[in-house]
Amino acid sequence: MKKELLVPSRRSVLKGMGAGIVASAFPGYTWAQSSASIKLGFQLHRTGIGAAYGRWYERTAQAALKVVNDAGGINGRPVEILFEDDATDPKRGAEVVEKLANDGCDLIFGPLFSHVVIGSAPRAGELKIPYLVCSEGYHVASGMLNRWTLQPGITDVRSQVSSMAPWVAANLGKKVTMVYPDYAFGYDHRDFFTEAIKAQGGEVIAQIAIPPTETTFTRYLPQIPAETEVLYHVMVGPAVLTFVKELGDFYGSGARPQIFGFIDSLEAVDTASPGLEFLEGTYFWEAMNRVKQDGQSEAETAYRAAVGVDDNGASVTDAADVSTYSHMFSVWETLHTIKAGMEAAGYQSTADRQKFVEALEAMTTMAEGPGNPQGDKVFNGKTHQVFGHQNISQVTGGKMMRVHRTSIEDGQYPDAVDYTTMSF
Amino acid sequence: MSFGPFLLLAVMESLVTAATLALTAVGLSLVFGTMRVVNVAHGEFFMLGAVLAWFVTGWVGGPEWIGFVAALALAPLGVAAVATLADRLVLKRLSYEPEATIVATIGLLYILQQAALTFYGPEARPVEPPFNFRIQFPWFGYSGYKLFVIFAAVAVLLAVWWGLTRSKAGLVMRATQVDRDTARAFGINVDRVYAGVFALGAALAAIAAVLIVPIQQAHYLMGGEPLLLAFITVIVGGLGSLRGTVIAALVIGLSDGLIAFFYSPTLAKILATLLVALVLVFRPQGLFGAKT
Repeated sequence: MKKELLVPSRRSVLKGMGAGIVASAFPGYTWAQSSASIKLGFQLHRTGIGAAYGRWYERTAQAALKVVNDAGGINGRPVEILFEDDATDPKRGAEVVEKLANDGCDLIFGPLFSHVVIGSAPRAGELKIPYLVCSEGYHVASGMLNRWTLQPGITDVRSQVSSMAPWVAANLGKKVTMVYPDYAFGYDHRDFFTEAIKAQGGEVIAQIAIPPTETTFTRYLPQIPAETEVLYHVMVGPAVLTFVKELGDFYGSGARPQIFGFIDSLEAVDTASPGLEFLEGTYFWEAMNRVKQDGQSEAETAYRAAVGVDDNGASVTDAADVSTYSHMFSVWETLHTIKAGMEAAGYQSTADRQKFVEALEAMTTMAEGPGNPQGDKVFNGKTHQVFGHQNISQVTGGKMMRVHRTSIEDGQYPDAVDYTTMSF
Repeated sequence: MSFGPFLLLAVMESLVTAATLALTAVGLSLVFGTMRVVNVAHGEFFMLGAVLAWFVTGWVGGPEWIGFVAALALAPLGVAAVATLADRLVLKRLSYEPEATIVATIGLLYILQQAALTFYGPEARPVEPPFNFRIQFPWFGYSGYKLFVIFAAVAVLLAVWWGLTRSKAGLVMRATQVDRDTARAFGINVDRVYAGVFALGAALAAIAAVLIVPIQQAHYLMGGEPLLLAFITVIVGGLGSLRGTVIAALVIGLSDGLIAFFYSPTLAKILATLLVALVLVFRPQGLFGAKT
């Protein structure tokens, strides 16, 4: 025995090394939770058709993270974000949710594309991890998803289009042709704008669905009926620039209807690109005005500087790198809402996830300010959906200038679900 | 829109598809005809051409047409160099075994795609057309550049045809295609011919890509569709038959375009694939291929 104590056997050395390896592999369990950082998982469209959004979502998340940490973190604890690429693919999305949950993230946020959200949310529900989406889709408020999925950072499409329809009918025309992507996000536009314009005495006379992976669009354009008064377009994916260019070629210098587009068709694209001159005088929905407007709020000025966007909506370091300004604010606002929710819930560890969701559900109004630079909002805890102001801009001298801002009430609709009655 | 103008627009769009398809498919067909290599990475050579065009136009600067001409000259050369390297490092070492080369080119496909993702990024980036000229018909406008693409593709195809039938290099290539061993016995350096043909096939895909990139945009996943259509074209036209490939490209480009215009793009793909199945069942050597 004595000898063993002095000269360790091979077996005891191996045992000791094994224990050391195990201990170093799980540092989280050896330290007290309270001083450890809060880990937020970010489901990122770094590659695939959502890559242009993903690039800016990541930058916005980093900028918001810096602001939150500089102000002392959440509950006095530092915050870190784990980014994981989902390739804008629903199947991969569910795997990313699983991976981030296994990595010990307190919650997951950040996905935009609706098919990815719809594909991933059920897994988040099964894993009982809060899943905060920045997606615009109506799938949250429709009741399609679950109690763990919330959308506190951006207004949904149903609300957006409902608030657009009165202005379109009153100012542009009543016979509308819609061009939209052929998947969930596009169907929200199709269904709710068609309904909303009907309520204004207008009519959608043609619906043209285009697969989101399409690379050429001229073949779809002759389907636009000649009697169209307003062409309503909303496109996504890497080919959006091709779409608007071909639209410009198609109408050329001939007669054309009024054109009203969702900025999605031009997110991350410079409106002053060659071939886009025809957009002059046309209208766009913008959640947040890409081009700096007169009377820009202090909060937005600070936000613009923090995420590195110039007065034209492009990166301060590269004028050709145009931001996804009407969507990426949702990442910033969601992170600030996470902070507010965790602090309200006294969030300590993953055991408090349910308390966090309940704290969010209890939220009602969000004031315009550093955490909500896009404007004030109303949060509906029952439907897990936030409602904010929308803007209509007109292209004037190659720049999108605001001509109308809706009220929050313009976009309200009856609740379709009460998630708070569902079990966790 | 009434039927006449509608048809005119459909035919012009389809001809653009057919023109680039012919270039891509002829490259694929040449490689198969001469080397008996089914190049699954052909679509990635197309993508690489578009990506290089973006780099070259950005690097050259100045007026759009100068950057475009530079891209048209340099991008195919760059892609040909990559192809030569792949031939020397991979295909030659596999002794051009048909099964082995299929697997190897699948690997090459992923390597090129991921390399583009790493060094070029996931964004779709536009290349400016050399000129912005719009033809205004009474019913619609049409990009003048798209018409230029058709003429440019025809010119390149004529050059390839002339090279194959009238030049000494073409003669050597055809000799190798007919009988590799006899060609070697006559002192033809078959390895060099193979490297050259593989480079030429890749360069043709790259030229098609440089022509198309001002219309679409350069993206690391853009190689999938041209590969599928090129395979369909080559199978219908007859593997290794240049004339067959061009005619098949015209038929498939036009039918694909017209069906997509009047019915739906999905139906166009279904019918094209059905055509391939029928050809494989009733005429496995293709419409113009010789029985082997």
